Amino acid sequence: MKNKNIPDKSIFNSPLGGGSSSVPLQGLVVSIQKSMLSAEGKTNLEIDTVVSGNELLCLFGHSGAGKTTLLRMLAGLTKPDKGRIVFNNTVWFDSEKKINLPPQKRNVGYMFQDYALFPNMTVEKNISFAQKEKNTDEVDKLLELFDLNILRNQHPNKLSGGQKQRVALARALAAKPNVLLLDEPLSALDYDMRLALQHEIRKAHELLNTVTIMVSHDLQEVFHLASSVIMLKNGTVINSGKPADVFSEKNFSYRERCCSF
Amino acid sequence: MDQDFINTLLLTGKLAGWTTAILFVVGFPISYLLAYKRFWFKPIIEALISMPLVLPPTVLGFYMLIAYSPQNAFGHWLAEHFNIRLAFSFEGVLIASIIFSLPFMIQPLQNGLTSIPKSFRETAYTLGKSEFTTFIRVLVPNMIPSIITAAAMTFAHCIGEFGVVIMVGGNMPGETRVASIAIYDEVQAMNYHTANQYSFVLFIVSLVILTLVYSINKRNPINL
Repeated sequence: MKNKNIPDKSIFNSPLGGGSSSVPLQGLVVSIQKSMLSAEGKTNLEIDTVVSGNELLCLFGHSGAGKTTLLRMLAGLTKPDKGRIVFNNTVWFDSEKKINLPPQKRNVGYMFQDYALFPNMTVEKNISFAQKEKNTDEVDKLLELFDLNILRNQHPNKLSGGQKQRVALARALAAKPNVLLLDEPLSALDYDMRLALQHEIRKAHELLNTVTIMVSHDLQEVFHLASSVIMLKNGTVINSGKPADVFSEKNFSYRERCCSF
Repeated sequence: MDQDFINTLLLTGKLAGWTTAILFVVGFPISYLLAYKRFWFKPIIEALISMPLVLPPTVLGFYMLIAYSPQNAFGHWLAEHFNIRLAFSFEGVLIASIIFSLPFMIQPLQNGLTSIPKSFRETAYTLGKSEFTTFIRVLVPNMIPSIITAAAMTFAHCIGEFGVVIMVGGNMPGETRVASIAIYDEVQAMNYHTANQYSFVLFIVSLVILTLVYSINKRNPINL
């Protein structure tokens, strides 16, 4: 049975950003270190992982564990102290070879916690601004896909939290990113809205068919969306794998399951 | 109306207009650097730009006059290579006015830039936009009240400038005699009626400009 919620991938008939659809997907290889200051003092963020082709990876952990710092390093917004980041054989960062591609050349879609919609632009302009080449048909399709048609001429300050989240997702997709990075995309929303918008995130991930990395504090969200999880504590990976394994009773206490995050 | 009176007011407007226009062009890149870039001598630059807020205008005027003198290196170089003498000329007053009005342009622009969430710039960068495109398409449109404040405050401050103008330009009708100098001159000559006319015009123009700034900022707060 065909799931009507699965988005129409013909929206992106052209190859995804950087021509990644024509290249065999190998995913994201990350091996980096970064010293950072958290509430508990100076810690060292150490990540060594491979995120394959079309995985939806969730970063899970306490505040200050290094989740957002990791996303920022992948986007090129924060420079790691040392290590390598490689996506599909393209080196984004290599401390030894002194390679550090700026965010403009990594082609990542980064969705901030505050959504960062540009107040001077309408919903439609926010989305079209993200395009590398102007294509009004694609903007129309994205507006339709995320139920934004009626809001196309509204400015962000007139939108609800859920509407803003949908616009931010549509805008991130309009750039046809190599990797989609979502920093607590649902944290500012109430419970019902979070449930409804998890569907939009899945839709965006399936449409792009590439690596999506999402920061979350919500177990239900992780189980619903993630194909794999990395659990961070004070900058160190304490567990990783499929959600069911990472959050099994053996690895994850009842107290943590209920209250910690 | 007296032609001298009109000429003095036109010269005052010309000085304020040119100062504002030039500072508008110069002010944006300086404000951008101060708002977003980190470099070790930034506090010194910020302090130098803010100096006119605390320094008596006569101090700057005195140093400008010394610099303009053909007996000193800068003035000598100008006279030798370009046959330009800046002391007691409109151009000399204009340069001094630009330097003296820097904080009135830079500080509102810098505040406007820093008030825009960092995530706006970073989102634009991840969408592949250059710093220049981000500046023009994202930052400038979201700091319009700050831009209006910067331009209006610079213009209003220039209209009332006295100390620097009298030190660098003296009191030459049609060249350096702006309204604030004329008021002083007319009072010295006990010609209170003309002094009152100049004062009233400056009072009204400044009031209108400041009212405009406050009403625009109240009606269009940065809605981020």
